[in-house]
Amino acid sequence: MKVGPSHAASILPLCLEAIFFQRGGRDIIDGISAQIVAGPRTVIVGPNGAGKSVLLRLCHGLLQPTAGVVRWSGPDVRNAQQRQAMVFQRPVMLRRSAFANVAYALEVAGYPSRERAARAHEALELVGLASLSGHPARVLSGGEQQRLALARAWTLRPEVLFMDEPTASLDPGAAQEIERIIGAVHAAGTKIVMVTHNLGQARRLGDEILFLHQGRLIERAPTDIFFTRPASVEAVQFLKGELPW
Amino acid sequence: MVTAGDPRLVQIVALSLRVSLSAAFIASAIGLPLGALIAVTPFRGRRAVIVILNALMGLPPVVVGLLVYLLLSRAGPLGAFGILFTPAAMVVAQVILIAPIVTALARQIVADGWEEYREQLQSLGATRARLVATLLWDLRHSLFTVLLAGFGRAAAEVGAVMIVGGNIDGVTRVMTTAIALETSKGDLPLALALGLILIVIVLALNAGAYAVKETAQRRYG
Repeated sequence: MKVGPSHAASILPLCLEAIFFQRGGRDIIDGISAQIVAGPRTVIVGPNGAGKSVLLRLCHGLLQPTAGVVRWSGPDVRNAQQRQAMVFQRPVMLRRSAFANVAYALEVAGYPSRERAARAHEALELVGLASLSGHPARVLSGGEQQRLALARAWTLRPEVLFMDEPTASLDPGAAQEIERIIGAVHAAGTKIVMVTHNLGQARRLGDEILFLHQGRLIERAPTDIFFTRPASVEAVQFLKGELPW
Repeated sequence: MVTAGDPRLVQIVALSLRVSLSAAFIASAIGLPLGALIAVTPFRGRRAVIVILNALMGLPPVVVGLLVYLLLSRAGPLGAFGILFTPAAMVVAQVILIAPIVTALARQIVADGWEEYREQLQSLGATRARLVATLLWDLRHSLFTVLLAGFGRAAAEVGAVMIVGGNIDGVTRVMTTAIALETSKGDLPLALALGLILIVIVLALNAGAYAVKETAQRRYG
């Protein structure tokens, strides 16, 4: 059984070069430059409206920056778009079975039909949904749907998995299960880039923290350092819960 | 008359169904993908296209009948086909009449669905053709109602089929044209029987569609 991304040469690092994103005359992303490298789990935190979700969408290519460049600059960036996946806060399931939802992703990605079934089953197994594979996806619980969304993303063996607050609308038990799966996906070699405003989760899952504030990247640090010795005033206030607005 | 299965009646009802179902089928084959494509493709002038489509939903059947008549008449550009005053001409007229309805309603339903699916499907890297197919399939239960709306409009309309079909007994006489004729002749029993059947058919179809939609909603969410 093959696990881990199927390409030897990575699309990472991802270079953000002075990117801006405006909407309605407002700078949502206000000049961010950063390099996201293979390996550590990158967690993006910051107060509401800091531009976390928009930054994630810019990285994944769902939005185009109004200025600046988002560039995959690894040794092999062919089909970069197909070698990344995203899990959203609220999973969007197709009106078909759980299994068919995973198989659909494989079909879109161009896997031959004979490979799809085995891969889809494997992914459902990983997220603990094998027994529900025949159930219509939309009638699954919120936690089950999010696990299915992870299976659908993971089955593509992405090199990078973006996640936008994947547990924000789930109860603690379901969130814990999602965190376990994220750990497994990372252990199998997928780069994790995740937005959360659950600081406990950021601590548990993050190797490095990117702290956003009003569209700017204020601070970037290893997780333990960010939480124990934040360098910026904004981060100190954010961690204290004294949000400056 | 209805229960006895009067052969005249049966023939008229059968032709009505044949013509309107064919028209609904062809209009859907055109309108569903077209509506979905318009919904998921941003292009210059899309607003104008949507306004025109919505306006075309209100096309007066007699005007469509007249236009198709001119096109298909012996001296007209498509006169060589010789299909004026045949069921084929009636299907053509009804397709023109209901294709905009199917397209406009499908566009609206798919556009609403697209809001929800857009980021997920773009993230998976679906091509535009696949987007259209996926959305049409996923929204099939709502779109079924669109099909019915198209069929209902076709089955109930009289002006266009009267002009291009000619209401020829045994050839192009359908329920609505027969009702109009029999009423003007004073044969009210036949007119009433046909009217009753028409209403029952439309009711039964809508009840069926409602049941299908409800069941599907429960099963697939």
